[in-house]
Amino acid sequence: MEMLHSGGSNGLRSSPVAPSPRVHLVAGGLGWFSIGLGLAGCLMPQTMARAVGLPGKENVLRAFGAREIATGVGILMARDPEPWIWGRVAGDMLNLGTLMAGLRADNPNRSGTMMAMLAVAQITAVDVASAGALRRVREARERRFIDYSDRGGFSKPAWEMRGAALSSFETPADFRIPEALRPWDKGEIPAGGLYV
Amino acid sequence: MRALCWHGKKDIRCDNVPDPQIEDGRDAIVKVTSCAICGSDLHLFDGFMPGMEHGDIMGHEFMGEVVEVGASNSKLKVGDRVVVPFTIVCGDCEQCRRGHFSVCERSNRNKEIADKAFGHATAGLFGFSHITGGYPGGQAEYVRVPYADVGPVKIPDGLTDEQVLFLGDIFPTGWQAAVQCDIQPEDTVAIWGAGPVGQFAVRSAVLLGARQVICIDNVPERLSMAHAGGATTINFDEESVLDRLKELTRGKGPEKCIDAVGMEAHVTRSIDSVYDRAKQALMLESDRAHVLREMMYVCRPAGVLSVPGVYGGLVDKLPMGAFMNKGLTMRTGQTHVNRWTDDLLKRIQEGQIDPSFVITHTVSLEEGPEMYKTFRDKLDGCIKVVIKP
Repeated sequence: MEMLHSGGSNGLRSSPVAPSPRVHLVAGGLGWFSIGLGLAGCLMPQTMARAVGLPGKENVLRAFGAREIATGVGILMARDPEPWIWGRVAGDMLNLGTLMAGLRADNPNRSGTMMAMLAVAQITAVDVASAGALRRVREARERRFIDYSDRGGFSKPAWEMRGAALSSFETPADFRIPEALRPWDKGEIPAGGLYV
Repeated sequence: MRALCWHGKKDIRCDNVPDPQIEDGRDAIVKVTSCAICGSDLHLFDGFMPGMEHGDIMGHEFMGEVVEVGASNSKLKVGDRVVVPFTIVCGDCEQCRRGHFSVCERSNRNKEIADKAFGHATAGLFGFSHITGGYPGGQAEYVRVPYADVGPVKIPDGLTDEQVLFLGDIFPTGWQAAVQCDIQPEDTVAIWGAGPVGQFAVRSAVLLGARQVICIDNVPERLSMAHAGGATTINFDEESVLDRLKELTRGKGPEKCIDAVGMEAHVTRSIDSVYDRAKQALMLESDRAHVLREMMYVCRPAGVLSVPGVYGGLVDKLPMGAFMNKGLTMRTGQTHVNRWTDDLLKRIQEGQIDPSFVITHTVSLEEGPEMYKTFRDKLDGCIKVVIKP
């Protein structure tokens, strides 16, 4: 494989995030999972509390549910979901800490608490793996930035090419907008145009 | 011969297939010397275009040497070096005579399928599903070119493949996108997408005299190339597109907007793009219309929207209120390639523009399947892949 031209920095601001569909697909899945779990916590706190062996903690589960929904929406809406996934990891830790209370010997549903902790531990592992993968993609992207600022494609600097085609080109009649709609205004054009 | 063949979603393979044969007197067989992967090939790769079948040969950007000519083809002769436009045109029908080549009424041999899909058939295209005729594409060692006495553009000596290959699609596509805007000297032209078509749209808008050209994307290397071509850039990961466009246009909005993205717009921070992604995943819509929505919202009233980006099916939640009340005009369509090729070839010959600036990777046919993934994922600084069969 042959790589053509690459140059130095052009001073443009660059995104720290690489579009990587597979990694982002997993992150998106975690986002939807978060929303689903959050809705369950908010809408069925008593059922959830019984299942995880924490009766009486319905309000805590409601709050956790709201947190899960917020995190899920954040993951789905952010271009870079990595911080939100780390947020999920922190939430997992909080969940585990809360579930510890259910491990006391007199809890009649201690086994439910243990099952819940096992499930949280497993999803924590997925969260950590996903966040790590997102970080690796971002770092790879930052390392690989290739500057194409020497690829104007014109024989002269771009600002000198403004309108260069007009001396030998007229917009065909079927591509022209109605005369009454043009031109728009008589705005001032700085010398050399607005090309950067 | 060897060719890149479609075998399903995300499954392109380099296969051995039968050599093409002359089927009609107007045909020619072209030995491909250079071809390219187009952004719209990715819609097939990602499974968003219906009408693909196992074994279909990919590719609609190619050029090469004529090695065989049909009996009634008096335009070409063996040895001619040609660029072949991606639209197959008869040159005789009512639409072709009007210069509306991409809606040629004769070249789509699967007219019945296209009539059902789009209401009316459009032109046949190379390597672009059976809705557009099911013609074998150009990512191969040889291609049969139907109506070869009309479409192929003869290339004079002294120009490299890399300089002229893109006359078959992306250069005229970017050019037509800008021409559709009927650019005035006071215009700001905003272009969504800094992929290959977006790059040519930027340069075309500059050549056609736009006061200001703005290009919107989130891939730093693509933005650096658009910047080199004369565009002010907006990285939508880092700033609000709407706010920045207002700022750059004194609050009035760009007069002309070009969608060089199409049906696979990225999921951004906006709620509508998340909605699109979810709905597409549930197969409740086929195309993600984030760019169309943003253009309709931000375009200056009475402005023009030009859409070279490919859409294949249905979109949802278009702000028709904004579109109608602002009196916007939308110009769309596949490119009428032959309408622009002579003029653009002349500009290349005169040195006004060298389209090879966009090439970032040159590979063999065998490396093609891997390059589809590299191009799709925008890895390794990939903007345009040229394949040498």
